[in-house]
Amino acid sequence: MSDHYYAPDHLKAFGTISEGAPELGRKFFDYYSAVFAAGALTEREKALIALAVAHTVQCPYCIDAYTTECLQKGSDVEQMTEAVHVACAIRGGASLVHGMQMKEHAAKVGM
Amino acid sequence: MTSTLSSRRAPLADPAAQLATLDAAMTGRATFDEALRGAGWNALTPATLEIFQINLGKLCNMTCRHCHVDAGPDRSDAMMTRETVDACLRALDQTAAHTVDITGGAPELHPEFRYLVDEAHKRGKHVIDRCNLSVLLLPRNAGLAEWLAERDVEIVASLPHYRQRNTDAQRGDGAFEKSIAALRLLNQAGYGQGNPRRMLSLMTNPAGAFLAAPQASIENEWKTALKRDFGITFDRLLALNNMPISRFLEWLIESNNLDSYMSRLVDGFNPAAITGVMCRNTISISWDGRLFDCDFNQMLDLDASTPMTVENFDFTAWQRREVVTRAHCYGCTAGAGSSCGGATA
Repeated sequence: MSDHYYAPDHLKAFGTISEGAPELGRKFFDYYSAVFAAGALTEREKALIALAVAHTVQCPYCIDAYTTECLQKGSDVEQMTEAVHVACAIRGGASLVHGMQMKEHAAKVGM
Repeated sequence: MTSTLSSRRAPLADPAAQLATLDAAMTGRATFDEALRGAGWNALTPATLEIFQINLGKLCNMTCRHCHVDAGPDRSDAMMTRETVDACLRALDQTAAHTVDITGGAPELHPEFRYLVDEAHKRGKHVIDRCNLSVLLLPRNAGLAEWLAERDVEIVASLPHYRQRNTDAQRGDGAFEKSIAALRLLNQAGYGQGNPRRMLSLMTNPAGAFLAAPQASIENEWKTALKRDFGITFDRLLALNNMPISRFLEWLIESNNLDSYMSRLVDGFNPAAITGVMCRNTISISWDGRLFDCDFNQMLDLDASTPMTVENFDFTAWQRREVVTRAHCYGCTAGAGSSCGGATA
């Protein structure tokens, strides 16, 4: 057992998470593969979305994995950085738009 | 921009040192032959011979960080003679190969380049020029794009990415801008507009320690972006992996990426990519007239299992050989597969 959170080796061993619940694990990984297959969106587009979401959920495993994956699907660092800014803008915007609730409440209780 | 291993007298300039480094990096991993056997191939054997790939030498106007040839402006030490070019043509005449694939270095810098193109064209062969693009901008090569077009030569041009950043990282500052200027020249000469006699193929390889993108999935995006951003058109996109040899091997070691890159290649082994690997349908000829299974084995000085030169070429014996494999061969079978013709799976 590692003496710190987020050990890089955990990512390589991710598949073993199925050991405790094989059927659920199989369903999850089958679903996961299907999600990332080319469809109405290309694999490259899906990898960029995943990279942005990885930053939103702040998962270091996902950030490493989808940085490599984006490069392997043909994106460059400028495109990937813009994807991260999309995540950042939505996160920031989500905070700021709650300011509307603050304003309304302040208006209600204030003079 | 880097310099050649050769000019720096770097230990890795010696192919034996490269092989020893690779073997050490493979400790604890399945050998390529074991992976082949696991996929049902007892040996890698030749298919129908289709391509004569002639490496005219190591002289190049560029010094890219990933070059598997260790080519550069200082490499005029390795140049094919007219006598060897003629021997290549005599060997070619003994086969039904339909394509003459000319590579280097920058083959356009070689004094016998136009002679070889003319002779291959006269024989009715499809001729490929593996072009670094910037060489077309040199004053000595003014008009070369039109000259090649008149001989129906397919241009296979290296361009790591359709955007500047990755291209310059791999090929040196300013490389992207020159590539775009050269692509415009080729378009003006009629290349890249759907005419099978003016084929312009772009070849992308990763600017880093990761696998090539699946070419079919990104070709449309490349076409759209190059047209939109620069008004450039091309016919097809080929994607290939970087081989862990020569200057790319040096970069992998220096950047502490060798172990993870070998894992990526070994873990990415794709049995479906084996059938189409280039060593099965190609003869690779070195500047000094030796025959190899592929350009990578040539650079590693890995003689064919039936050693041969173009002077004593024996087609029947050549087709009976087994391909010589080592750890770098994983580079051709990883992911979507990789060859001089792009993906193989």
